[in-house]
Amino acid sequence: MSNPLTAWERIELIRNKNRPTARDYIPMIFEHFIEMHGDRCYGDDEAIIGGIGRIARVPVTIIAHVKGRNLEENKKTNFAMPHPEGYRKALRLMKQAEKFGRPVICLVDTPGAYCGIGAEERGQHEAIAKNLMEMMRLKTPILTIVLGEGGSGGALGLAVCDELAMLQNATYSVISPRGFASILWKDASREKEAANLIRITAEDLKEFGICDAIIPEPVGGAHRNPALAAEAISGYVRQAIPNFIQKPIDNLLQTRYIKFRKVGAFSET
Amino acid sequence: MLEDLFSIVKSRATGAATAQSAGDGHVSVPADLMFKCPRCQKMEFMENFTLSGKVCPSCNYHSRLTARERLEITADPTSFSEYDAALKSVNPIDFPGYPEKLAQLRAATGLEEAIITGECAIEGSRCVIGVMDSHFMMASMGSVVGEKITRAFEKATEKKLPVVMFTASGGARMQEGIISLMQMAKTSGAVSRHDDSGGLYITVLTDPTTGGVAASFAALGDIIIAEPKVLIGFAGRRVIENTIRQRLPDDFQSAEFFLSHGFVDMIVERSAMRKTLGRLLRFHERGDRP
Ligand SMILES: [Zn+2]
Repeated sequence: MSNPLTAWERIELIRNKNRPTARDYIPMIFEHFIEMHGDRCYGDDEAIIGGIGRIARVPVTIIAHVKGRNLEENKKTNFAMPHPEGYRKALRLMKQAEKFGRPVICLVDTPGAYCGIGAEERGQHEAIAKNLMEMMRLKTPILTIVLGEGGSGGALGLAVCDELAMLQNATYSVISPRGFASILWKDASREKEAANLIRITAEDLKEFGICDAIIPEPVGGAHRNPALAAEAISGYVRQAIPNFIQKPIDNLLQTRYIKFRKVGAFSET
Repeated sequence: MLEDLFSIVKSRATGAATAQSAGDGHVSVPADLMFKCPRCQKMEFMENFTLSGKVCPSCNYHSRLTARERLEITADPTSFSEYDAALKSVNPIDFPGYPEKLAQLRAATGLEEAIITGECAIEGSRCVIGVMDSHFMMASMGSVVGEKITRAFEKATEKKLPVVMFTASGGARMQEGIISLMQMAKTSGAVSRHDDSGGLYITVLTDPTTGGVAASFAALGDIIIAEPKVLIGFAGRRVIENTIRQRLPDDFQSAEFFLSHGFVDMIVERSAMRKTLGRLLRFHERGDRP
């Protein structure tokens, strides 16, 4: 299953306006999804949705970045760029899942956390940091699937997990190629070059030991056959869940810690 | 009068590089003899500025220290012993020019990487300490920074010692790609385990603490202290200005801004930092320790 597309071609593909979003996938993958709103603190951020559904007879908590399918929807979902209350809603629902012993399935698809005045005032940095810390010790399995764009800390805020899967054309990066080119080369127009250089594809991340599974997409990309893409995601979740719900919690948390603990490249002599 | 002032400076000059003039267009000032405050733009003799602990006498901006300077004014004399000094960065994504950049910074700063970690006593209380140094690639967090912080927390947990972290960072080490992003999760995981063990963690936010460091271990202290006037935040100021297409107020993302929004416990002057840390550490000393 080799992917002939370059990193840049994949970015163009996942930006296709017909690429399925979490709103499309959830009803195709989970039964009886019931959405929950709000962080119980400030508001309800529609860039991240969350709720309960069922897959393979197992109730699960689903948390997802949501891109709009048109401008109208994107006004509501802020192009899937969450504010702090989005991350706090996510954490609230994860804690709820922990209490009731439900696995958590996170669907990542964001250019990044929102950069704005309100986001800073309400502590974007603290909201993301808190999620990283609490997800690391959440006493229930967490699976994260990158559907499209895995943009930096905004993606990581839903991606501390027991297993990370990526759709075949999804990307996951520390900064957008455009941001990279603009900061390191002072030339945003070199984003294509940056994309192909900075190792952001599912295969790259698998090689680094960060991505655990690559979920195949229909020929030409998920938008060519959303039902088939959903079936592949569903198949992945169904086979992954039993591996985690049977594990003793201590063992699960230790393995999760090590999964992130071991990432790093350095010499020591 | 200004002319007089600068003539004194000039007479002391020893052929050093010159900085911007004070605005009158014909006086040039050796860069290492004057400090120009990035907050209030006022000039000050480097000597006075250094004597004041690198705090701007005009606006109280607490400017950047090197990690060695910070240890000097924080740790009890001769109490510091360094951890993991041999860790060196490599080039995980084969980014062109990264090894050369590292070599150049090692030579210029005398540091191996952007953080020094170790163990010391502050006012007699033992602790694990980490000090980030913005002079090394803006203290961006790559594998070595992430690993040193993680090990420091793991050692503190094991030895039942508190952790004091002086944070400073421009964010993730982009030259290490996705691996740098993962250091946020890795360090936050180490904080969570220290927290689970009942260990104390004090964060001191220094200039600047932003991006991926602000959004991971720097935000997770039991107690969060900031130095006056320092820059804190998730997003870069220019990024926000470009997004919202308006100019931001000067105090946006300052220590004072985050104090008023509830994300900082206290702002502590540099001159009072050691005493404050010493007192906090003593308040948390546990009976089961020698
Ligand atoms: Zn000043």
